[in-house]
Amino acid sequence: MKEKHTIIIKVTNHPGVLAKISGLLAQRGYNIESAIAAPTENPDVYKISVVVEEDDRGIQQITKQLNKVVDTIKVTDISHKNNYVVREYLIIKVKVNNENRSDVFELMQVFSAKALDVDSDYIMMELAGTQRKISRIIKLLKPYGIEEYVRSGEFAMSE
Amino acid sequence: MKGSEIIVDSLKQEKVDKIFGYPGGAVIPIFDTLHSNRDIEVMLTRHEQGAVHAADGYARTTGKPGVCIVTSGPGATNTITGLATAKLDSIPVIVISGQVPTSYIGTDAFQETDFFGLSTSICKHNYLVKDIKNLPNIIKEAFHVATSGRPGPVTIDVPKDVSLAELPNYKYPKKVDMAGYQPVIEGNMKQIKKLAEAIKKSSKPVLYTGGGIVTSGAEKEIRKLVEKVNIPTTTTLMGLGTLPYDHPEFLGMPGMHGTVAANYALTECDLLIAIGTRFDDRVTGPPDTFAKNAKVAHVDIDPAEIGKIIETDIPVVGDAGDVLKKLINILEPKAKNGWNKKTQQWKSRYPLKYDQANSKEILPQYIIDTLNDLVDDAIMVTDVGQHQMWVAQFFHFKNSGQLLTSGGLGTMGYGLPAAMGAAASKPGKPVINVSGDGGFQMNIQELTTCALNNLPVKNILINNSYLGMVRQWQELFWDKRYAKTSLRKPGQNPEDNTPTNYCPDMVKLAEASGVKGLRANKPEDVEEVLKTGLEYDGPVVMEFFVRETENVYPMVPSGKPINEIILGDEQ
Repeated sequence: MKEKHTIIIKVTNHPGVLAKISGLLAQRGYNIESAIAAPTENPDVYKISVVVEEDDRGIQQITKQLNKVVDTIKVTDISHKNNYVVREYLIIKVKVNNENRSDVFELMQVFSAKALDVDSDYIMMELAGTQRKISRIIKLLKPYGIEEYVRSGEFAMSE
Repeated sequence: MKGSEIIVDSLKQEKVDKIFGYPGGAVIPIFDTLHSNRDIEVMLTRHEQGAVHAADGYARTTGKPGVCIVTSGPGATNTITGLATAKLDSIPVIVISGQVPTSYIGTDAFQETDFFGLSTSICKHNYLVKDIKNLPNIIKEAFHVATSGRPGPVTIDVPKDVSLAELPNYKYPKKVDMAGYQPVIEGNMKQIKKLAEAIKKSSKPVLYTGGGIVTSGAEKEIRKLVEKVNIPTTTTLMGLGTLPYDHPEFLGMPGMHGTVAANYALTECDLLIAIGTRFDDRVTGPPDTFAKNAKVAHVDIDPAEIGKIIETDIPVVGDAGDVLKKLINILEPKAKNGWNKKTQQWKSRYPLKYDQANSKEILPQYIIDTLNDLVDDAIMVTDVGQHQMWVAQFFHFKNSGQLLTSGGLGTMGYGLPAAMGAAASKPGKPVINVSGDGGFQMNIQELTTCALNNLPVKNILINNSYLGMVRQWQELFWDKRYAKTSLRKPGQNPEDNTPTNYCPDMVKLAEASGVKGLRANKPEDVEEVLKTGLEYDGPVVMEFFVRETENVYPMVPSGKPINEIILGDEQ
C-alpha cells in the first residue's frame, strides 16, 4: 500500500548536492511531493526533507539509494516515528467581501492563523502546523475563493 | 605549486603509472606538466571514448584504478558512454576533465558543458573543483571512493584557471575524512550463521555468483565453499572464470543465453545463495518467476542491491571474501546428494553444441572452440552481441577476472579500446579481443593507437555482415523483418562470401592502420589464421566470414521465465 513518507536526509554541504538527491529520486522513478533544503547549525551540513508516496518496498529502496550517495551522512524516514516534531508552513491569500470577512477571521482564530495583509477584497495569512492542519484550513477556505497559496512542504526535528 | 603540478603529483602519490587521454584547450596545462614528467606514461588514443574504455580495460586487468584525462565540452561528453559502462560493471575509472575557467562557467563559453551535472547519474561520485584549495583533498577522495566498497567511476572537473593557480604549502593528504561514506566490509556474524544454517537444511541449494567475486578477489573462497558443501554453481557473465569451466559443480552461465542446467537449477532450487551479483534481468527473466521455491540469501557489499529486484530472506552486507571466509569456517561439510546428480544429468543431457562438421561455412562457435586449444591463459575481451555470448558459452575460462566485457550497459565499441588498455598494462599474457563487425567499427580508429604504441591486441573479428543479435531477435520475434541490421553493400548476393561484398574491407583497413590483417572464409583455414595471428609479434585483425544466420542458443525469449528455453534447430 502506498503511503506518504517524510524522509530527512543529512548531507555534506557540497555544491550540487541538492541536484544529486533530487536527480536520484527522479532517475529511479520516484515522485517527490515536496522537498526542502536548508542549512543547519553546522555549516558543513545541509538538511533535505522530502515527502514521497510509496509502498514499504519502495521506501526501503529509496532510503538505501539515498544512503548510497557519497555526500549523504544520514537518512531517516520519520513517518512512523513519534519522537519527531513535524511542521509545515503556509501562506495563503483568500478572497473576501464585506459579508464573509468576519467568517474568515473567525476561522483564522480557530486555527491560530496570523493575518499578514488585509485589503477590501482579500486577506493574506500565515499558518504553521501539521500537514493535516494545513490541509484542513485550505479545504475550509476554498469556498471563499483562494487566490493563491504556497506550502513549504514538511520539515522536522527530533525531540 | 601549480594546479596542474598538484594533479600530476597526486597521480604519482596514488601510484598511477599510465593514463589514457586526449588533449584540448582546457587541459593544455595538465598535459604540459605531464609532458616533462618521467613517472607517468600518457597514451594518446584517437577518440576520448577510446581513452575511457582503455582506462576501464586497464582497471579490470590490473585491479588498479584506470585514469583518463580529457578536455572540456566534447572531450568530456565523449567519455559519457565509458563512464556509464564502468558504473554498471562497478569498475574504478577516474576521468579528469578540463573545464572552462571558473569566471566563464555558466556562460555557454566555447567548449563548455556542465560535466558535473552530466556525469552525476552515471558515476559513483563526481567533483567540480571551484577552488585550488580543495584540489588535493578532492583527488584523494576520488581515488578512495572509486576503489573502495563497491568500486565505480568518479569524475573530477577542473577549470583551466584552477590548473594554472598556485597553492602554497601543498601537501598530498594521507587520509580522507568523509562523514557519510563508510562502506561495510565485514559481514555480520549473526546473518552468516543464518546462512550456514540454511545451507545445512537445504537439499537443493544453488550458488549464483557474479562480478563481485572478481572485485573482491574471492575466487579461492568460492572454490572452497563449493567443495566443502558440494553446491552446484552458476556464474554470471561478469563472474566467468571465478570457478573454472571444468569444475564438476560448475553449471555454466545462467539467464537469457545461459545453459539449460543453470536455468533449471535456478528454477528448482530450494536455497539460492547469491554472492556479488545483482539479479540482472538478463539473468532472472520476470523476477516473480525466478527461483520461486527458493529461500534467497544475498551477499553484497552494496546494501541497496539487496531486495532491489528479489525479496531476500537472508541479507548479508559485506565484502564477498570476508563473508565467505567466515561462512566456510562455520560450515559443516556436506556430501553430494540426488540434487547434484540431477544437475549433472541436466549438464550432460543439454550441453552447449554446434555442428561445424555439417557446415561449409565457418561457425562462430568453432572459432572460439579452436581458440581453446591454442591459448593456455589469455585475457579475453569482447564487444557486445552474439559473439559476446559465444565467448561466454564456449571459451574455457579458468581464472578470475579473465573476461573483460560490458555486461551491464552492453556497450558496442567497448572491446577494442578495452583490450588496448589491458595490453597497455603489460599483463604477461595474450590479450584477445573477440568482436563483431558492428561493434568493431564503433571504435575502429583505435587500431591506429594499437599500431603506434605496439600494443599486441589480437582481434578476432567474427564477421556475419549483420548486427547479429538484433537480427536474431528480428528472425525469431519480428517476423524476419531485418530492419537496418544488414551491414553489407546493398544489392549483393548474401550467399556470396567474397571480400568485395563486405564493406569496409577489414584486412585492408587493418593494414592501412598499421595492424596486420588476416582473413579466413573457410572452416579449414580457421586454425591456421588463429595460429598465425596469435604468434605474430604485434597487433592483428583476424577476420572470419561466418554463417550469417547462426543464432545464439539456448535462448530464453525476453519476458519469459528462464526455464522456458528455446534450444535451436540442431538440438
